[in-house]
Amino acid sequence: MSMLVVSNLNKNFGGLKAVANFDIHLDKGEVVGLIGPNGAGKTTVFNLITGMFPISSGSIQFMGESIVGLPPFMVCSKGIARTFQNIRLFKQHTVLDNVRSAMHFRAGYTLLDATLRTPKYRAEEERIIEHSRELLQTLNLINRESDLAANLSYGDQRRLEIARALATQPKLLLLDEPAAGMNPNEVARLVDLIKFVKSHFDLTVLLIEHQMGFVMNLCERLVVMDFGQVIAKGDPAEVRNDPKVLEAYLGKGVTVA
Amino acid sequence: MNKGFHLKRNETITLIALALVVFLAIRAAVGANMINDYWQRVLDQALITTMGALGLSLIYGFCGQFSLGHAAFYGIGAYTAAYISKVYGQGSIPFFIIAVVAGTLMAALMAYLIGRPILRLRSDYLGIATLGFGIIMRVGFENSDKVLKPLGGATGMTGVPQLMSFTWIFVFTVITIFLVRNFVTSTFGRACVAIREDEIAADAMGINTTKVKTMAFVLGCAVVGFAGALYAHRYPYLHPSNFDFLKSFDFLLIVVLGGLGSMTGTIITAVSWVFLLEGLRVVLGQTFVDFRGVIYALILIISIILRPQGIFGGREWKMLVPAVRPARAPLKEGGTHVHAGGK
Repeated sequence: MSMLVVSNLNKNFGGLKAVANFDIHLDKGEVVGLIGPNGAGKTTVFNLITGMFPISSGSIQFMGESIVGLPPFMVCSKGIARTFQNIRLFKQHTVLDNVRSAMHFRAGYTLLDATLRTPKYRAEEERIIEHSRELLQTLNLINRESDLAANLSYGDQRRLEIARALATQPKLLLLDEPAAGMNPNEVARLVDLIKFVKSHFDLTVLLIEHQMGFVMNLCERLVVMDFGQVIAKGDPAEVRNDPKVLEAYLGKGVTVA
Repeated sequence: MNKGFHLKRNETITLIALALVVFLAIRAAVGANMINDYWQRVLDQALITTMGALGLSLIYGFCGQFSLGHAAFYGIGAYTAAYISKVYGQGSIPFFIIAVVAGTLMAALMAYLIGRPILRLRSDYLGIATLGFGIIMRVGFENSDKVLKPLGGATGMTGVPQLMSFTWIFVFTVITIFLVRNFVTSTFGRACVAIREDEIAADAMGINTTKVKTMAFVLGCAVVGFAGALYAHRYPYLHPSNFDFLKSFDFLLIVVLGGLGSMTGTIITAVSWVFLLEGLRVVLGQTFVDFRGVIYALILIISIILRPQGIFGGREWKMLVPAVRPARAPLKEGGTHVHAGGK
């Protein structure tokens, strides 16, 4: 089943074609990597899919339904959650509240229930905390739940961002450089974590990453971008030896021993 | 994990009992002539200011939307209620209730009309728009007698039946504190803080930011409109200068000094602030009374240098805003997934 079908996507910033004729197709349960040199337009693709920027032209279909023109919060409620390249946690919220905030649109009570503290409010709050704690436990953050997000270590912050994204109960998870700034040991654990989360929550994953080792271990397919265009796609081994990819990363006239 | 044990037992009963003790203590002090009429009025003003400041706390402290026109909504509540009570009510309680409800709703309606177009935008446009709105309202109040004679315009408004006593103001303050507390500890309150912390991320996490911001702004303005409506029935003389930019600045100072996102801070700072201003009047004497402006600006500068996060810096008195019950210690060793990372 097709989870996400993006075709002919274009985005112009003034005269700059940030994304040009971009196509991607994700089946349910796949883990696909979106790679490419700096400035290739990878994060822009994420921002277009999640509705942060309006697209210039093209189509984006999520589970058979067009999501073009929807504001980010609607895209999220359809089942697409994301993390950010430069961690964007709610810093002065506790770890638990970061996760609980992401369940706002699933909280089944009204403003009136909240102000009058009806039984419905209590029941829903209990459910929200229950679910949040399960997530925090899964991501091994349960012992930090009452700490402010700002006080977490870098790796913990990255995992909290994933926990927060999972709290929206997504079907498709977009990870923007989840391994940035991690040491090889942490990267290895992150690979395991993403594999686990993917199967545990029955997810489809699209991720942006630079670290080849990480991508090779995790992704079934890769899509390589440069200058806003797809220059190669296929399984990791194929892509690694594609001359166009080597050129994009290393420049012309280089051979790999 | 066991179901139904995450939220702490409601502290409402304890808090009401505590409020009752405070109330009785103050009444006893009044009975023993320890608080004269003048200080009684200062105390009532402190409670009304607390309500108004809690309104701004919702808007700025929790939701991060900078408003420079809070006193305009205070004035709208006061003048709306005063007009109805003076012209139609003449001291009848049903009309008093209608007047207060109308004052609150009018403030909320104006907030909605202003907020709806502006709160779509990110950044500080709300500050500029509310500043402008505050000036418009001040000029409006000054010339109000040209439209509605009883409002008195620049000479001030008198003749509003004085129906509010300390008892009622105290009760209404306690109710306001509970309502604001309940909002803040709900998913709506958490969404507000999320927006304050990172609006883009909040949007990406499924929070309808425009809706939540509008909600916080309208509710905050309704609360201060309510405070204004009570004010009109407590002090016999309403003047446009009570609702001008400087008054907005007062509310802003209280919220910032108390610490953004702390109800406890807002309440304590609001009460202390009103008493400080009046206390300085006594300490400085008639000749130096204008030096109050210098002193309170200095207090602001010094406290911002020493404690930029405000006196309470986002912390709360646990009785008022309880934390979630701690997770049942140690669950399974290392979580359900061994490789999930962490130290």
